[in-house]
Amino acid sequence: MDALILSRLQFAITTIYHFLFVPVTLGLSIFVALLETWYINSNSYEERVKLKKLVKFFGTIFLINFAMGVVTGIVQEFHFGMNWSEYARFMGDIFGAPLALEALTAFFIESTFIGLWIFGWDKLSEKVHCLCIWIVAFGSNLSAFWILVANSFMQHPVGYAIENGRAVMTDFAQLVTNPYVVGQYSHAFFAGITTGGFLVIVVSAWKIATDEVSREMFVKTIRRAVLYTLVGICGVMGSGHMHAQYLAQANPMKLASFEALWETENPAPFAVVADINQEARRNDFEILIPNMFSFMVHNSFDGEVKGINDLQREAVEKYGSGYYIPNDVRGMFWSFRAMIGVGGLMLLIVLVTGCLVFFKRNEIREHLCCLKLMPLLLPLPFIANSVGWYIAEAGRQPWIVVGLQKTAVAVSPNLSANEVWLTLIGFTAIYLFLAVLAVFAAVMFIRRTKITEEV
Amino acid sequence: MDLNIIWFILITVLFTGFFILEGFDYGVGMMMFGRPKNERSQFVRAIGPVWDGNEVWMITAGGALFAAFPHVYATMFSTFYLALFLMLLALIMRGVAFELRGKFKTSDWVNFWDCGIMFGSFVPALLWGVAVTNLLRGVAINYQMHYVGTFLDLLNPCAIVGGIFFVFLFAFHGANFLLIKIADEKLLNELQKLSFRLGLNTIFAFVLFGLAAAHDTDILAKISTVIFLGLSIAALIASCAGAKAGNGCKAFLSSTLAVAFLTIGFFNALFPRLMVSSLSPNLSLDIYNAASTPHTLTLMTIAALIFVPIVLCYQFWTYRVFRARVTPQDVNYH
Repeated sequence: MDALILSRLQFAITTIYHFLFVPVTLGLSIFVALLETWYINSNSYEERVKLKKLVKFFGTIFLINFAMGVVTGIVQEFHFGMNWSEYARFMGDIFGAPLALEALTAFFIESTFIGLWIFGWDKLSEKVHCLCIWIVAFGSNLSAFWILVANSFMQHPVGYAIENGRAVMTDFAQLVTNPYVVGQYSHAFFAGITTGGFLVIVVSAWKIATDEVSREMFVKTIRRAVLYTLVGICGVMGSGHMHAQYLAQANPMKLASFEALWETENPAPFAVVADINQEARRNDFEILIPNMFSFMVHNSFDGEVKGINDLQREAVEKYGSGYYIPNDVRGMFWSFRAMIGVGGLMLLIVLVTGCLVFFKRNEIREHLCCLKLMPLLLPLPFIANSVGWYIAEAGRQPWIVVGLQKTAVAVSPNLSANEVWLTLIGFTAIYLFLAVLAVFAAVMFIRRTKITEEV
Repeated sequence: MDLNIIWFILITVLFTGFFILEGFDYGVGMMMFGRPKNERSQFVRAIGPVWDGNEVWMITAGGALFAAFPHVYATMFSTFYLALFLMLLALIMRGVAFELRGKFKTSDWVNFWDCGIMFGSFVPALLWGVAVTNLLRGVAINYQMHYVGTFLDLLNPCAIVGGIFFVFLFAFHGANFLLIKIADEKLLNELQKLSFRLGLNTIFAFVLFGLAAAHDTDILAKISTVIFLGLSIAALIASCAGAKAGNGCKAFLSSTLAVAFLTIGFFNALFPRLMVSSLSPNLSLDIYNAASTPHTLTLMTIAALIFVPIVLCYQFWTYRVFRARVTPQDVNYH
């Protein structure tokens, strides 16, 4: 393996690892903020004592996750220069701006106000303290916005010109209002709500099942988390659908690839399963739902959807000879199905949990076994998030910036394979090691913390 | 004054902020070496509320470099590949350690993470010294702005002296920060003595570094740089005197000035270059051949002029909220 493929692998591992924590930060920060708002507005002394403990309880889980997200975010920022120097040169005029703005307008407030929130319980008034966590939540989500502005340019360049072989910014407003950002940001935002909410559901369910003295309060959080997660899931599905329709214009190659549609068809069928033969550029076997893909794209059972082979021909005309098909159509196809499948499964789980905690509240005791097993479901949102990003980034290949620069020429020319091997192994090892310790610390904390009236 | 010069100044400001603020964070981390657990906890508590916000100065400096001088960002980060890898490992350990060390009370757990904080503070301090010296000294940058040297080229004697100097400087600066943050009288007495000794060592390392740099670089070519470095040494001496006299405020403010003058001196020596090429002076990256377009620079100037003062305001407020000294009781409670 050469420095290019190793650098790609390293970036992929770092991104996926980083994005295990980011959605929790996005979603759980808002949930904790809501919880604290509830706390400061509560008038009953007993309830206040318990609510404060709850805020600190979920706040601690949030903080462990936040720390992991922050440190891996730094790695991301450094990677663009370390491994992708030619990308940084080519794109710096455009890509650097949202990155710097992220640090300046979002990351600074996030990191400063999180310190105030952690240590400010006795030093700030209740309202100011609560405001701090809202600012953290705002900063985190603003930070995600800037990063997705940067990423959206790579997926769908706008507001630029090419001068002296470099992409230069001509219109900042266009960069920020890139229609691609709308789909990506809303999808990521609601994925954050879903992930954060689902985490609260799982933790609450487990506490209800295993911790009798704290049960009452966790029934309250699980009910709120169910509603919160439902909002998230509906948002994810809606924004995902909208974004896929938009892809038909903005990046049809990506859309056709994750549906493994090789030939242009009208009406186009939806492949439920397919045995993809990338070399021959066709599916050796497929089970189809007629007209369905057309319906998904056009809201009507007729309508043309472009296939990969035609798009490849168009790309050759536009960019000259080359292979413009993402090199892992099979992986994208199955990732997309995994994402949709996991999303649907989560919706079902949340609805069933909702029925239990809202309508059969008095019978909860009979279902403790089920609730106790809920932590086994915790990987679901993380799987969906990871495969989602896989589709987004693998679907951009062979480009690093669609139509402007190929991944193969973006890598730092001074790196040897051995150097990248060393760092790849080093980063992966420390990620795994810290994940184990962080999860261990979080689980032990969740186990031993009781939410009772005792101060 | 054109936009490129404004951005050179802004980058200098960001690095100055970074070295001042993260400087004492790294220093406090290094001061934990060989200290008993309850003292280490007080040290961690002293920087606990602010270290994360301080670290963003580095992130912002990096991001601003990317936005304003993309070629510098690209060449610098790929040149220092393995060094930055080590630094990232250190920063990852350090960041997680601050969060996790308090999650269990057992000695093994706390000791492990405290080692992470010490390692995570020492390594970046050392590597930033090495990196900054190499920027001044010049690295093998070819006509394509690619680094053509090896990792070992970066570990030349001059750069290593620079690294050791930064370690002492930040440790001293961190010790001075503790002088204004620790309440326990007995501990404070010990820290004063330690700080004074560290200060003397820092001055010694500075002189050593100055000699090495005078030999290897053109740092003394400009009279203005000599003045800045002179002011930095003077501030260090004042800081030492402050530590000796038990005046923590004077010691800390003086070491803050010392770090600031030093950083300004470095950038002044570099100006208008940002990375010196050791192959030929024509190949150095400067504020013109490495810059973004005027459009992007204008945009970023507006953003910086609005947001940097806002950041300074709320960070200043944070320091005010947490201005009280840390008592041994504080750490038992948290």
